Amino acid sequence: MTHPSHHTAQPAPSPQGWRAAGPLHESDPRPLLSVQDLSKTYGAHIGCAGVSFDLYPGEVMGIVGESGSGKSTLLNCMAGHLVPDTGQVIFDTRADGPRDTVAMSEPERRMLGRTDWAFVHQHARDGLRMGVSAGGNVGERLMAVGARNYGRIRATAEDWLSRVEIDPGRIDDAPRTFSGGMQQRLQIARNLVTGPRLVFMDEPTGGLDVSVQARLLDLLRGLVRDMGLSAIIVTHDLAVVRLLADRLMVMKSGRVVEQGLTDQVLDDPQHGYTQLLVSSVLQV
Amino acid sequence: MTDDAYNFAYLDEQTKRMIRRAILKGLAIPGYQVPFASREMPMPYGWGTGGVQVSAAVLTPEDRFKVIDQGADDTTNAVSIRSFFERTAGVATTTKTTEATVIQTRHRIPETDLAEGQILVYQVPIPEPLRFLEPRETETRKMHSLEDYGLMHVKLYEDISRHGHIATSYAYPVMVEGRYVMDPSPIPKFDNPKLSGTAAIQLFGAGREQRIYALPPHTQVVSLDFEDHPFDPSKAPHPCGLCGAEDSYLDEVIVDDAGGRMFVCSDTDYCEARQAQGFRGKDAA
Repeated sequence: MTHPSHHTAQPAPSPQGWRAAGPLHESDPRPLLSVQDLSKTYGAHIGCAGVSFDLYPGEVMGIVGESGSGKSTLLNCMAGHLVPDTGQVIFDTRADGPRDTVAMSEPERRMLGRTDWAFVHQHARDGLRMGVSAGGNVGERLMAVGARNYGRIRATAEDWLSRVEIDPGRIDDAPRTFSGGMQQRLQIARNLVTGPRLVFMDEPTGGLDVSVQARLLDLLRGLVRDMGLSAIIVTHDLAVVRLLADRLMVMKSGRVVEQGLTDQVLDDPQHGYTQLLVSSVLQV
Repeated sequence: MTDDAYNFAYLDEQTKRMIRRAILKGLAIPGYQVPFASREMPMPYGWGTGGVQVSAAVLTPEDRFKVIDQGADDTTNAVSIRSFFERTAGVATTTKTTEATVIQTRHRIPETDLAEGQILVYQVPIPEPLRFLEPRETETRKMHSLEDYGLMHVKLYEDISRHGHIATSYAYPVMVEGRYVMDPSPIPKFDNPKLSGTAAIQLFGAGREQRIYALPPHTQVVSLDFEDHPFDPSKAPHPCGLCGAEDSYLDEVIVDDAGGRMFVCSDTDYCEARQAQGFRGKDAA
């Protein structure tokens, strides 16, 4: 077998010539997600431009950058919430192998969105149905893909609540009675219940206090490792990517200025902006 | 007795033509909500403006018209709409289900099986079954077009988790020919099985919401449920107090201020026909 890094040649290498690291699982060299030359503009304003990378099964990719750097635009383009102006988002589907999700039909993309993909919003309220019980929230994706046995749906929901450290006794409570951290964990349970292979996370720890953040990160790390998930995490919190991400992409003004292994980028930043970013973190 | 100041059946011919086109489209795509340019009718919204417009569009001078309101022929709504078409269309009217060719109904399906050649017109307040789950019309339309109906079961799930059984007792959502989820209008779920496979044409008109949908004869209509909580077309566990019928949907009537009550058929025509045949319930005078 050829060395995996041969598969990951970047169409547009970053200024420092960083190449994407190889897959963690050498047995499966095909990327799960391959983003090619993705661009999105809002009129004359650039959302993100010329972004390309490969994500391998089991890999966690972090995207950092300041507010307005295009991280969320990029994430929404990849997850199908926004239509990119140019570029391809090729996902390795279970049934048909690699497919460009941008060119997919809407029903197919929606199906992907509730089976193999998951999207964790920054604000749990955006990702939950606040008027529906915790069990109903977790069960929705199951029912959307055809589960019609109440007992089994409920058992699965209970199992997932305990996996995200929510007391299963609260299965019939509405999420609005939950604390912020619990809501975020519920949102994660609701997303992971169908066993997705790729999770998009938009600032999953934003707006939570630090001790709750730590628990959530712990939980996420456990779930990602146990389920062999691939994930793309957008955040401005370098501690989050240090803990969770295998690889890191630094964005500024809609463009990727540096990418590489997380520890390499954070410990030996090459680009001026990355150096600024790393040195801006307060040491307690 | 016809009021010559009006066109036949109140609406002008162009309007009736527009409504008929919507009806035909609805019949061609069973369960699909067809938008139509609903007119102001001489009655308030919520009193059956959609049903009246559909009735006006399908009535011919030879028709015999019946109106029921919660099964009864003699309540305000039924009496007014019946006299409205007596005046503006001059059609014959009846209270007998078997003799009517067009039946406009609010919240019930007659107990007597409908036959070929009959048209049942429903008054619909809210045609969108997903409305209280998803408030955006753009999104519900997309959900219908993509058959994205997981949310409908979330509602039933919530019912069971809260009440131990599916507590939705009227406007119980149905799946039409395995394609569209449809709100059958606020009929009791006891009536849901009668939607399926009937020989009559069923038309649904929502005036305020400007939607028409339809079920052609012999359409398969399935009530949504869970494998371990199957659909149950329940009714009050009593016989009718007047005619003794055990198979009809019952109204509970409070008869005094000492807790006295009786159960009577909600379908007055069905009850009267049975009494005429000599059936008697325990409360019959």
